[in-house]
Amino acid sequence: MHLVKLLAALKKAWRLIRELSGDDAYERYLRHQILHHPEETPLSRQAFFQQEQHRKWHGVKRCC
Amino acid sequence: MQQRFGRYLIWILISLIGASAVGGIALHRGESINALWFIVAAVCVYAIGFRFYSAWIAARVLMLDDTRATPAERLQDGRDYLPTNRWVVFGHHFAAIAGPGPLIGPTLAAQFGYLPGTLWILVGSVLAGCVQDMCILFFSTRRNGRSLGQMARDELGPIGGAAALFATLLIMIILIAVLGLVVVNAMKHSPWATSTVIATIPIALFIGIYMRYLRPGRVLEGSLVGVVLLLLSVGGGGWVDQQPLLREWFNHPGLPLAFGVIGYGFMAAVLPVWLLLAPRDYLSTFMKLGTVLLLAGAIILLQPDLKMPALTQFIDGTGPIFAGTLFPFVFITIACGAISGFHSLIASGTTPKLLSNERDIPMIGYGGMALESFVAMMALIAATVLDPGVYFAINSPAGIVGALPADAVATISSWGFPVTVEQMNALAASMGEATLFARTGGAPSLAVGMASIFGSAFGEHLLALWYHFAIMFEAVFILTTLDAGTRVGRFMLQDLLGNIWPKLGQTSWYPSVLLSSALVVAGWGYFLYIGVIDPNGGVNILWPLFGISNQLLAAIALTVATGILIKSGKWRVAWVTALPLTWLTILTTTAVYEKITSADPRLGFFAAAEDLATKLAAGQLSPEKAAVAPQLIFNQQLDAWLALLFVGLLWVIILDMLRMASRSLRGLPVLSSAEAPYQRTTLENSAS
Repeated sequence: MHLVKLLAALKKAWRLIRELSGDDAYERYLRHQILHHPEETPLSRQAFFQQEQHRKWHGVKRCC
Repeated sequence: MQQRFGRYLIWILISLIGASAVGGIALHRGESINALWFIVAAVCVYAIGFRFYSAWIAARVLMLDDTRATPAERLQDGRDYLPTNRWVVFGHHFAAIAGPGPLIGPTLAAQFGYLPGTLWILVGSVLAGCVQDMCILFFSTRRNGRSLGQMARDELGPIGGAAALFATLLIMIILIAVLGLVVVNAMKHSPWATSTVIATIPIALFIGIYMRYLRPGRVLEGSLVGVVLLLLSVGGGGWVDQQPLLREWFNHPGLPLAFGVIGYGFMAAVLPVWLLLAPRDYLSTFMKLGTVLLLAGAIILLQPDLKMPALTQFIDGTGPIFAGTLFPFVFITIACGAISGFHSLIASGTTPKLLSNERDIPMIGYGGMALESFVAMMALIAATVLDPGVYFAINSPAGIVGALPADAVATISSWGFPVTVEQMNALAASMGEATLFARTGGAPSLAVGMASIFGSAFGEHLLALWYHFAIMFEAVFILTTLDAGTRVGRFMLQDLLGNIWPKLGQTSWYPSVLLSSALVVAGWGYFLYIGVIDPNGGVNILWPLFGISNQLLAAIALTVATGILIKSGKWRVAWVTALPLTWLTILTTTAVYEKITSADPRLGFFAAAEDLATKLAAGQLSPEKAAVAPQLIFNQQLDAWLALLFVGLLWVIILDMLRMASRSLRGLPVLSSAEAPYQRTTLENSAS
């Protein structure tokens, strides 16, 4: 019982780490596309990350 | 009822522990004091500030409304605007505001002793820095995520907006120059450090290719590979250092290294983001998180004693690391660890577009800055666990204490901080460096401090590895800021140039990219060059200039916040931002006044120019010094005008705000507040 709880907690932590680092960004994007724009063909994994990076680095992103 | 009582009890207990820790630190007058006091004091102060002050501001000043839809919900586009888990937003926000400033400022400010720095890091963050970040985050959230510059223009008028933009660009240039100088001083005549820092470039390039083509978007996996490679490069640097021929390739004085950094900065600004900047950013974020956690763990585990006195005689302004009295220069030097104007750019950019509910604002805005301030606290501890004699020997420039080791130790020992040449040589040998004398800039002394903490906690025989690990960590971090800052400066410049010739404003037109990148790099490259050739060590000039400009940007942000509060009829509580604003205005104005009028050539810019000109005319300078003297004289004068410009800009914005406030209080029409209209949230679990 405790083991199940522990596993669930670890899984949750892992999900959070992946979301924090943007590791799961493509999966989230696919989910968003299917939910909100089912008529569009989603970008490929590589194309999506190229577009993301371009967008992310437009503006002040780092401090002193 | 019982539960409520229990909660009261906990907070009373935290307050008591915090008060006794802060009181213990302030009143302690022994030989040394344990670092654990500082950790306990910091944690309690942040907890109380967060629990009570931020909650009060949220409820009574900003009046957060958790039924109100945030821009992330209203304008959701799946990319920029996206309601996000609050821990994820916190992580992004903290990663963005965390920079090398809080590591360097407290290290330099330790020349006054541990007490002034500690008090300002704690008080400044809780009452000023965290408040600024939180308020700007709130105002930007209520304005669809508008930037500070746009808010200044919308709420105060075009003068405020232009001044904010201009100040940001100037700060960026000074910031990058001083950070470049820190890296150069860390690499000077150190083949190990230089080869390790250079190795981080191909590693970043490889990870860039890895994340784009080999395994697109596998961020965690790619970063892990990169971190392992970085650690290997630290060991590899040690190997290079052992090779008699190879080590000479990486053994350089400051000037060629400075040109290397300038050339690198230009390349990094014109290369595609994915190739260098993005992978470097991932690596430095992971390195920073890992190192800060490691350092905190080691300090708690080891509980080292601080050997620096509470106050040193240098509060009178004669300090060797930078000139200037305790007031205002301890505040100017700590800068980002207590309040950083730069944060207002992050809090008004990406973060507000991700918030899923307004009630997350205290945690992200206030809490994020509290954590950043905690990092500054640890840097202060790492600097003050060193023997004061060692600390001053590493950080004092040769122009002050003498270029020969025997002279340097004699001068420093005469201040009452005993140190010997043998001690310094043994320390340098154990750190794998040729010398640790006059390694200004803060990075080497922080690395020695970190290495001795890590060494005692995890193994004494690895000191040299720990030292170069710390140098590599600082360098990766600084170079990320250097890349990102040059790029941001480029965007701003292109924006400005676009007003003259629209084609120059196109951020993707390559000739414009090259031109504006070259201009920005030339700007900071100039200050870096002067900093390297200055015999008094450029840190003495550049760090105060950076501190002043950073505090100035914070003052601009607080002016905007105060203006909005007054305009929206909350003038009774506007002191929340007006008080820190008043303090920062007094600070920056006094600092600039002293920098301009002081007759001490180390402090006053004009005095320094005159002093050097007199010596040059009288032929008192050695040929090498005489050759660079005209440049140094010009630079001192330039710095003086720059400082005047900074403070002039600030006063223009404040007067503009006061004009607007007085109109508003007299009931005259003012620019209408640009707050987006209320819309009820439909997100689940949002409305309470």
